[in-house]
Amino acid sequence: MIVETGHYALVLALALALVNSIVPVWGARRQDLSLMAVAPAAALMTFLLIGYAFFALTYAHVVSDFSVLNVVENSHSAKPLVYKISGVWGNHEGSMLLWVLILAIFGAAVALFSRGMPDDLRANVLAVQSWIGAAFLLFILLTSNPFARLAVPPAEGQDLNPLLQDPGLAIHPPLLYLGYVGLSITFSFAAAALISGRIDAVWARYVRPWTLIAWIFLTLGIAMGSYWAYYTLGWGGFWFWDPVENASLMPWLAATALLHCAAVMEKREALRIWTIFLAILAFSLSLIGTFLVRSGVLTSVHAFATDPQRGVFILVILIAFIGGSLALFALRAGELKQGGIFAPVSREGALVLNNLLLTTACATVFVGTLYPLALEAITGEKISVGAPFFNATFIPLFLPLFIAMPAGQMLAWKRGDLLGAAQRLVIALACGLVAALIFAAWQGAPWVSYCLAGLAVYVVVGSFTDVATRVFGRGASLSEAFRNAIGMPRSAWGTAFAHAGLAVTLLGLAATGWGVDRVLTVKPGETVNLGPYEVSVTGLVQKQGPNYNALVTPAVIRSGGVEVARIEPANRFYPSRKMSRAEAGIATLGFGQLYMSISGTTPDGGIDARLYWKPLVTLIWIGALVMGFGGALSLSDRRLRIGVARRARVSPVPNAQPAE
Amino acid sequence: MTRKTRRLALIGSALCVLGIAIGLVLFALRDTIVFFYGPTEVAEKAPPPGTRLRIGGLVKQGSFAREQGQTVSFDITDTKHDVLVTYTGLLPDLFREGQGVVAEGVVGRDGLFKADSVLAKHDERYMPREVADALKKQGLWKEGEPLPETRADSSTNFRAK
Repeated sequence: MIVETGHYALVLALALALVNSIVPVWGARRQDLSLMAVAPAAALMTFLLIGYAFFALTYAHVVSDFSVLNVVENSHSAKPLVYKISGVWGNHEGSMLLWVLILAIFGAAVALFSRGMPDDLRANVLAVQSWIGAAFLLFILLTSNPFARLAVPPAEGQDLNPLLQDPGLAIHPPLLYLGYVGLSITFSFAAAALISGRIDAVWARYVRPWTLIAWIFLTLGIAMGSYWAYYTLGWGGFWFWDPVENASLMPWLAATALLHCAAVMEKREALRIWTIFLAILAFSLSLIGTFLVRSGVLTSVHAFATDPQRGVFILVILIAFIGGSLALFALRAGELKQGGIFAPVSREGALVLNNLLLTTACATVFVGTLYPLALEAITGEKISVGAPFFNATFIPLFLPLFIAMPAGQMLAWKRGDLLGAAQRLVIALACGLVAALIFAAWQGAPWVSYCLAGLAVYVVVGSFTDVATRVFGRGASLSEAFRNAIGMPRSAWGTAFAHAGLAVTLLGLAATGWGVDRVLTVKPGETVNLGPYEVSVTGLVQKQGPNYNALVTPAVIRSGGVEVARIEPANRFYPSRKMSRAEAGIATLGFGQLYMSISGTTPDGGIDARLYWKPLVTLIWIGALVMGFGGALSLSDRRLRIGVARRARVSPVPNAQPAE
Repeated sequence: MTRKTRRLALIGSALCVLGIAIGLVLFALRDTIVFFYGPTEVAEKAPPPGTRLRIGGLVKQGSFAREQGQTVSFDITDTKHDVLVTYTGLLPDLFREGQGVVAEGVVGRDGLFKADSVLAKHDERYMPREVADALKKQGLWKEGEPLPETRADSSTNFRAK
């Protein structure tokens, strides 16, 4: 019964979304407040209905209701509860439901937290959000109904793909979707601005926090996915330039560019057309990502079942939204007036450079991801574009970005002083050089690694140089410095942390060159040397899990004879799917990790194993956390808090810091 | 600087970055892409030594052999032609004789294909899409059918000259 009500709630949500697609736009046209007031209420109600539908599906999964097809195909009564819940979105239908749920969450959030926003802007934003919602609800109801029943329920389900039976499934998709789908709000803002024809600094101020929220979640979601792949695939790799990964990287690059140019628009009212375009682009790339992953064009663990009908449906949605928004953009862009002017060497100029590099980097990823698909569709030839392509195109575009990043922070708005900025960066440059030399002496070749490590240190120091000079400037005493640090706008701290976080990730990436990996057959009792450690395999044990049995090889890690850690790499076999999965044994030692995965036994009692020593590897993900923290700091800046900005302007805070 | 020269500087630098990016992409596309062949295509096109390839098909029954240490060899077949593959390293969990596989590597000087990575399908329900397409193209297999028998002795081994 609950399952049927869930389905019904979804149908109601579609009806409501359709109403909300039309009424508020009409209201905004006629300046009719009562029609516009429909939007927030309808957005909240849509959220409640989709939330209920999601609850109904979760309920079916938790109680293992095998009369529901979705549960039969993806669940098993012996599966641990956490995977019964996370398994709800571990399949095509459920993940699409999560998609629209998050879309509705963002709609409801705009409805709730937009008190100070102009009524017509809010009405238009929520209407556009409802268009997207209606399209995807229709998609779910027509092609991917998660509530389909079976006439003859089987006694047992087919279990979830073992690769997905992992705590990562509970965290990675929701985080990634919050980022991916969160960009829908910036899209809705852009479309709303184009509809109403009012695109100004106020608009940029409202759109920035939403971009920032989506960006934070996207950053964390991508990092989480990468860590999950790292420990679960047993290859020790964390980024494969797989089309599915690229599908999440492209919106991230566009969102990062948008974040930066929205700052220019907010401060100087320049780059208006470009900001709107990026807002459309970022969500369009999200839609393309959804298409690539969900349509079955690609084979991957992310593409659950392939059904050409679904692919065509998403393609139609994609073309309608991207084409429609670009047409609207073309229609309105000409009406926009030029904004503030600036010299090429200025904060704006630096942010333009940032945008140029980020969007071209994004374009190269786009070409590398879609070229094989296009070539196959046209000529039938199959090619693969892998890491070598992206290393040759993406990295050369990202290097200048790293070099310019700290300098950009130093430049003033309107007209900057490049020489002055360079002088202030002397300390950072020196730190970078010294670090490169230290890394060269400590870890040695390859040269790429220590050069990149030096670059990373330069960016970390450079990111905080500006903040530090403002805190300790003019010989401030310790208590003054503390007061300065507190009084400084949070967004300045946010920028510093986010930039430093990216550099920390770079340091982790640079360190991959110093890793050691060995593929070998070991026997219980044997000891293997790996970098600075010795790994002794102590045995070979069979273990029984709830829905799998595992082959476990406990191992002890020693450094100079002293035990430092124990690991238990395992290979699990899931009988219901006749599938096995490696469970890597990972010991975090300092910032590095010792990684061991086993794949099976040889006839003479040996164990096939991969062993890796990866110095500083955790910095890759710690960097992402630091970036997310920086984003959160910026978000907490009172300037960005919606509604506060307006009040602040009426009664300026005494002693206000100069804005960045 | 006037507004016009500023705009020119902006457009100029944009074109500059774009040009570099296009150059990089074209350069990389020439050197770094890898073609996918089925065993029959390998036999027809006879790639010269040094070519980097991805070869996909089924692992031939009875062809898997463990050489010394971590080195293994096996035939990839589409039941008409075979390609002998040698590989050093761990095989994926789902590597089985008679099942779909994709090997990426280089045709060596001796004409033997030396793989540096071997991919098997993700679970028992699917096989690599390239392999499925190649088999369908040859008319050897349709969606929903069991995989073709690979024990047939009719297939012949390819060795680059």
